[in-house]
Amino acid sequence: MTQPAATKPHLSRPHLLGLLRGMLRIRRFEDKCAELYTQEKIRGFLHLYNGEEAVSVGVMQALTEDDAVVATYREHGQALARGVPMNAVMAEMYGKAEGCSGGRGGSMHLFDAERRFYGGNAIVGGGLPLAVGLALADRMQGRARVTACFFGDGAVAEGEFHESLNLAALWTLPVLFVCENNLYAMGTALERAQSQTDIHAKAAAYQMPSEAVDGMDVVAVEAAALRAAAAVRAGEGPHFLECRTYRFRAHSMFDAQLYRGKDEVEEWMKRDPIVRLANWMTETGMMHDRDREELEAEVAAEVDASVAFAEAGSWEPIETLTRHVTRAQARP
Amino acid sequence: MAIQILMPALSPTMTEGKLARWLKSEGDEVRSGDVLAEIETDKATMEMEAVEEGRLGKILVDEGTEGVHVNTPIAVLLEEGEQPGDAAKVMERPANVTAPVAAEAPATSAMPPPAPPRAARGAPPEERTGGATVRRTVREALRDAMAVEMRRDPTVFLMGEEVGQYQGAYKVSQGLLDEFGPKRVVDTPITEMGFAGLGVGAGFAGLRPIVEFMTFNFSMQAIDQIVNSAAKTLYMSGGQMGCPIVFRGPNGAASRVAAQHSQDFASWYAHVPGLKVVAPYSSADAYGLLRAAIRDPNPVVVLENELLYGQSFEMPEDEEHIVPIGKAKIEREGGDVTVVAYSRMVHVALEAAAALEREGIAAEVINLRSLRPLDVEAIVASVKKTNRLVSVEEGWPYAGIGAELAALMMEHAFDWLDAPVRRVHGADVPMPYAANLERLALPQPENVVEACKAVCYRS
Repeated sequence: MTQPAATKPHLSRPHLLGLLRGMLRIRRFEDKCAELYTQEKIRGFLHLYNGEEAVSVGVMQALTEDDAVVATYREHGQALARGVPMNAVMAEMYGKAEGCSGGRGGSMHLFDAERRFYGGNAIVGGGLPLAVGLALADRMQGRARVTACFFGDGAVAEGEFHESLNLAALWTLPVLFVCENNLYAMGTALERAQSQTDIHAKAAAYQMPSEAVDGMDVVAVEAAALRAAAAVRAGEGPHFLECRTYRFRAHSMFDAQLYRGKDEVEEWMKRDPIVRLANWMTETGMMHDRDREELEAEVAAEVDASVAFAEAGSWEPIETLTRHVTRAQARP
Repeated sequence: MAIQILMPALSPTMTEGKLARWLKSEGDEVRSGDVLAEIETDKATMEMEAVEEGRLGKILVDEGTEGVHVNTPIAVLLEEGEQPGDAAKVMERPANVTAPVAAEAPATSAMPPPAPPRAARGAPPEERTGGATVRRTVREALRDAMAVEMRRDPTVFLMGEEVGQYQGAYKVSQGLLDEFGPKRVVDTPITEMGFAGLGVGAGFAGLRPIVEFMTFNFSMQAIDQIVNSAAKTLYMSGGQMGCPIVFRGPNGAASRVAAQHSQDFASWYAHVPGLKVVAPYSSADAYGLLRAAIRDPNPVVVLENELLYGQSFEMPEDEEHIVPIGKAKIEREGGDVTVVAYSRMVHVALEAAAALEREGIAAEVINLRSLRPLDVEAIVASVKKTNRLVSVEEGWPYAGIGAELAALMMEHAFDWLDAPVRRVHGADVPMPYAANLERLALPQPENVVEACKAVCYRS
């Protein structure tokens, strides 16, 4: 991760291939997770991100390694895009000691202190105040960092959403709020949950600049995130992006999807962010068939290696059950 | 037994007032709810009602007297059959009052703090530090603890409703804004879940927030952040992200503020792995435990008590006085029965112990100080000596601290027990407003006396 150089995406061939690769890694990783779930290698809740990859990959382009990320329980994409090694994420899915949370978190609680990835939060809306608090700490200590806070459209109905937006705006804190609006809070359609379905309009109530973005277009997300993050970093206070996206798969592994029609899903799948970017790159000569093949092979190898890594991993010794409940050392 | 009536407080900040008028004369019969006197400050006038019944034995402060300090005995109430001469043998008890809320007071009305334990019989029990002592209110001790930690560590800051400009809803943070500025004494809107969660996030990022809840009743708005974020993240992240944060504020019943403002959350928070929970009683406890809490690398819930804020105790003068979390304190030694209490109930237990002493029963009073981790060792050691345990808590009985103590005695001291463990606790009802019912709902010294006699097989 390097410092974003500009406030506009620079669409070089390596950069575009990087965006495509970022989204493919998430897609293939999660396809494998779904397969491993049926084999009972992965258990518990598993919320997949298929279709939404452009949001996390696009936003991450605007962050530096000093910035912080707070995500939700549908956070495999954010973790991978943030740079948490795929091996550590897959090992965590297995509950192995080598996992990024030492096997104590699982799919919904991926953490990585080194990369300032603060979870993985399985309470809808729970991450928003945490993100604002991280930003408060940065502001108090005079660090020009940004905290990116991902949440879904469901979180918008929580009181915490409003409390967090208000405090962030009131105190001009450096938070980039990213709403991943996939139109359904579990099985409840947006119009069944919100009096105002234009989510980004809610930010206006807190005097917060906001923008609705095509969340199926990774370049559009990157562009919006670069603009917003630059303003946040410059001390202009929090910004709000509503990324309009869609999840192709079910809410979790147990979801008959009675709340939406197959035709609707098919319609959205035509806008698949990976297909869309790949086709455009091919049409414009930014990518050739061989590039695509190499990319696919490289990603498949990484996913396979992560499975092998997780399989070979060790179970946390049972005598460590009570480790990390509290920190032992007192401060001098 | 004759009862002292003490000068009440009209607001949390009132330290003295004028005794404007007596409405009863010496020798008058007093019924519960009768107006005894009128008290006046620059902000308000209050009618002071009687809680106890009896006869007004002696008026100690004449009407028209200005500058009467809160908690000064102003009269003596005699119970049936007592003579005016009995007025000397007094048992101190705060007279509950119906206080009109003073202009600057928060939603909870003010109330007279109980008198210092055994004040009439000498100084309150102290830690055996041997050093010089100073007299401080619990309120001052808490403020001083925050101030000294904020001076030594620039990452410590205070955040909450009315902590800055207002100087604290109960004036605990008085003066901190002046010394540390608005960057470190942060006023928030009324947004408990918001600022509690912000505190946790700031803790993740390496700061040491002190989050004040105006009262712990309002922490219910934020309990998700306390439990799901603060307490669990260290574990969920495999030890990567700890949260050194303090959640503090008044807990438990105040006076006449009814069900939604009168609840003891001790067992709620003590239930949660990943949290530490302390409940100071004296000024030394408050100062020492809060300092330990601020320095602790974990989330610590500090359950204070509004009724104790205005109470004065001797405490070590040593600025470095710290009370380790997880250690109980024997407030009074005795060989016949162990009485375990925390927060304001320590005062109730000490009153009971004094009464028991007159009946030849020596109670050992343990001030728990910490509820999680609990000093099981100290309790078991005492029970091995006395073979009896009575627990005293303000909270509800179901799955309460007393229930936990009873279970622990089964596990650790079964063969030493000569009687079943007895629990003295708040009534299993939402707190009623009416003075007579409220008194009934809270543990009184006589309840503790009765329980102790029962486990000693004395009637």
